[in-house]
Amino acid sequence: MTRHLPALALLAALAALPFALGHNPYLLNALITTGIVTIAAMSLNLLLGFTGQLSLGHIAFFGIGAYVSALTSLGFDVELLWGLRIVHEPWPPVVGFGLAVLATAGCGYLVGRLSFRVRGAYFVIVTISFAEVVRLVALNWVELTQGPLALTGIPPFSLGLPGLGSVTLRTKMQNYYLVLVVGTLCYALIALLVRSRFGRAMRGLKENESLALSVGINATRTLTLAAVISAAMAGAAGSLYAHYLRIIDPDVFLFSTTVTMVIMVVGGGKGTLLGPVVGGLIFGLLPVALRPVMVPEAQWMVFGVVLIVIQFVMPRGIVPGLARLATRRHAPGGAPARMPAEARP
Amino acid sequence: MTEFLQHLLNTLVLGGTYALLGIGLTLIFGIMNVVNFTHGALYTVGAYVMYLAVTALGLGFFAALPTAILGGLLLGAILDLVLLRPLRGADMDTTMLVMIGAGIVLQSGTLWLFGGVAKSIPTPFPDAPLQLGPVSVSWLRLFVLGAALALIGLNYWLINRTRLGLAMRATFQDHDTASLMGVNVRLIYTATFAIGSSLAAAAGALLGPVYVVFPQMGGMAELKAFAIVILGGLGNITGAAIGGFILALAEELGAGYISSGYRDAMGFLIIIAVLIFKPTGLFAKAERIG
Amino acid sequence: MSEIHAPILSVDHVGVRFGGLVAIADLHFDVHPGEIVSLIGPNGAGKTTAFNVMTGFLKPSQGQVRFRGTSLQGLQPHEIVRLGLSRTFQRTSVFPDDTVVDNVMIGLHRRGRGRLVDSLLGQDRTGEAALRDRARALLDWVGLSGRAQDKAGSLAYGEQRLVGVALALATEPAMLLLDEPVSGMNASETQVFVRLIRSIRERGITILLVEHDMPMVMEVSDRIVVLNYGRLIAEGPPAAIRADPAVIEAYLGQGSAAREAAQAARETIDA
Repeated sequence: MTRHLPALALLAALAALPFALGHNPYLLNALITTGIVTIAAMSLNLLLGFTGQLSLGHIAFFGIGAYVSALTSLGFDVELLWGLRIVHEPWPPVVGFGLAVLATAGCGYLVGRLSFRVRGAYFVIVTISFAEVVRLVALNWVELTQGPLALTGIPPFSLGLPGLGSVTLRTKMQNYYLVLVVGTLCYALIALLVRSRFGRAMRGLKENESLALSVGINATRTLTLAAVISAAMAGAAGSLYAHYLRIIDPDVFLFSTTVTMVIMVVGGGKGTLLGPVVGGLIFGLLPVALRPVMVPEAQWMVFGVVLIVIQFVMPRGIVPGLARLATRRHAPGGAPARMPAEARP
Repeated sequence: MTEFLQHLLNTLVLGGTYALLGIGLTLIFGIMNVVNFTHGALYTVGAYVMYLAVTALGLGFFAALPTAILGGLLLGAILDLVLLRPLRGADMDTTMLVMIGAGIVLQSGTLWLFGGVAKSIPTPFPDAPLQLGPVSVSWLRLFVLGAALALIGLNYWLINRTRLGLAMRATFQDHDTASLMGVNVRLIYTATFAIGSSLAAAAGALLGPVYVVFPQMGGMAELKAFAIVILGGLGNITGAAIGGFILALAEELGAGYISSGYRDAMGFLIIIAVLIFKPTGLFAKAERIG
Repeated sequence: MSEIHAPILSVDHVGVRFGGLVAIADLHFDVHPGEIVSLIGPNGAGKTTAFNVMTGFLKPSQGQVRFRGTSLQGLQPHEIVRLGLSRTFQRTSVFPDDTVVDNVMIGLHRRGRGRLVDSLLGQDRTGEAALRDRARALLDWVGLSGRAQDKAGSLAYGEQRLVGVALALATEPAMLLLDEPVSGMNASETQVFVRLIRSIRERGITILLVEHDMPMVMEVSDRIVVLNYGRLIAEGPPAAIRADPAVIEAYLGQGSAAREAAQAARETIDA
């Protein structure tokens, strides 16, 4: 289990953090939203880092998860074409969470099947387009989504324990631990996936696709499954977001949030387990640190510059960079253990 | 019928600037293999240079347009020299991420400098539209169409009739061979990125006065440019020109007969449809599979 | 030796055209179970193209390939592997960022068919351990056990070819296609590789080989098929091929590199 030692240490630190902060609501709020976006970044890493597919429409899954969960718990009454009317009475938020995961998994399947017909630049553009179409639907289907007026009064999560009654998560503290638990589960799931046969298939496709095909790996199936799991996880994060903020509008679909996730993944270290978590914490909390000294526009400029600089100085991200430093220190004579992959012919 | 004719006329006006946007993007992709995520920001910059040139500098509308185009040309050249030239040979994802970063810097910088309030650019054209039988079109829009067509023509002349264009076409075919034949490929890349950027800036400078100018205007323009380029086939210039008009037609008809809220969705629906039925675009030769 | 066996692989009048360019005009030959057959020909003769057709990476413009009586028409590469036809690649034969043993684990994809749920719940421990043992056994076989924990991308070129062979063997093929397996190897490495090919055949795996190293081809092959300009120009045992005027003509008609190859072929005749 020494492999997971850094992750467990980080988990312990995060579990103790609210006490160390002394219940500072502003910081706690920043931590919760950071945690939620970090879960989405972890899900993005499954595609971007482990299969090598740059999905720039990932926010669509997050937003769909948020809307499905919110609408399930709020209820709605819409009239479709030909007078077909659908009335939905409110269901508990936990059911909304489940439906959000299912719905986004389904969307992941569709986008996966569609997108993996096309690769590279086409894949990037089709994912962006998908997110924009969904945003425009959220903006224009006012009867269902209230459009720009936002869905308000979304109920918070209630966790029912058989025989023990139920708890409604109203405080920031409760929501913090909910996000931490869901985040830990997602991390564990990804860790298990990556080490499984399926994870090896993903790595094989990323490193050498023709060779992977020639040992019997089914590319479409593997990549679609990765998209489904990734989308479902982003949908779960969206659901957490909706029931924590309790108000959502079509801005949950903004491209800039996808960019934030990409910065978290790429900055932290794509294709590593801890990368998106470390990147998520750094770039999620960076605005908190920058807020006293600069306006949001300038913060965004910093983000843009960071994204550029990372590609030039630390293209593999922070976590692999640190890991390399650590192994170099442990290696006898301080020499790097072995030539990196660039040495291959 | 009159309504339909009016839509067709609007399509022509809009399609010209869309074609400019698309040609710029597809030129950069075709020759440099770079998905340019600064295209929208350059469109915005073009519009703001136009605005500054007309208002603060008092250059006059017709002098301001070439100023904006020149601004795009310069900014494009700088972006290539500073960011893309050192990354030549890096994989596509790396350049895409760097371009996204640069796009964010440009867009947030514009927001920082000018604030979020939309600005309008004063024009010298009469307010009363030109009546053409049952349909009408404003003089400004006519000028925009004329200028866009002139720029498309200029671009074709540049690519097909000049030495620079010959070198660009050679690089497009095979940059290694072009380099062996004595083409300065690095210079061609810079020129290509600058020209592509100037076309985006031109589109912004032309549409800025038609609508209003605001820092986020480039986001949607960029996504539309992607739609146009996919429609025409990545790297296909004529395809992008036709794609611009097709997208404009789809938007006009979508807004006119479905719902104006979904005007902007047409481009993405086109992308998704094209990728399902003809992934190489409507006018592209089949992509060679290595 | 070759009795009336049904062929394991038949290439049935296959043609491949890219636009106007004819890569393979009309290729027709059989490989019988247990044989080692070499496919040779000057550069650009269509050898690798033929491999790509046989393994589903290219669709032929005409004709078809049958493997153990099944038509491969319309099958994807991963489906063809499942029928027992495996291949190696000329240039990139490894997953560069993984260790050598993990490379073979990826190659054992078809073996570890535990259900996803089981492997997620950690129920698949025994399966994983068995897989790792199998991977080590395969590395032993190709002589790479010493490099098991090294990054595959950091290996020497010749060693990477061996990883490629281990990966192909991991799919438990009935027939193995080797694309220029000894290019870049020195003479002693080539000799080791020849022994490996024979040991593979001894385990009942049929081998089809594309190779430029003429002495090696002459030494190892039961039968040779010669291609030129996408056409079959000769077919037979090494001795017959050496003496075939059409073959000598094909090699002499080419550039200096091909002439050297022809020279090498004739030197083997003299030897």
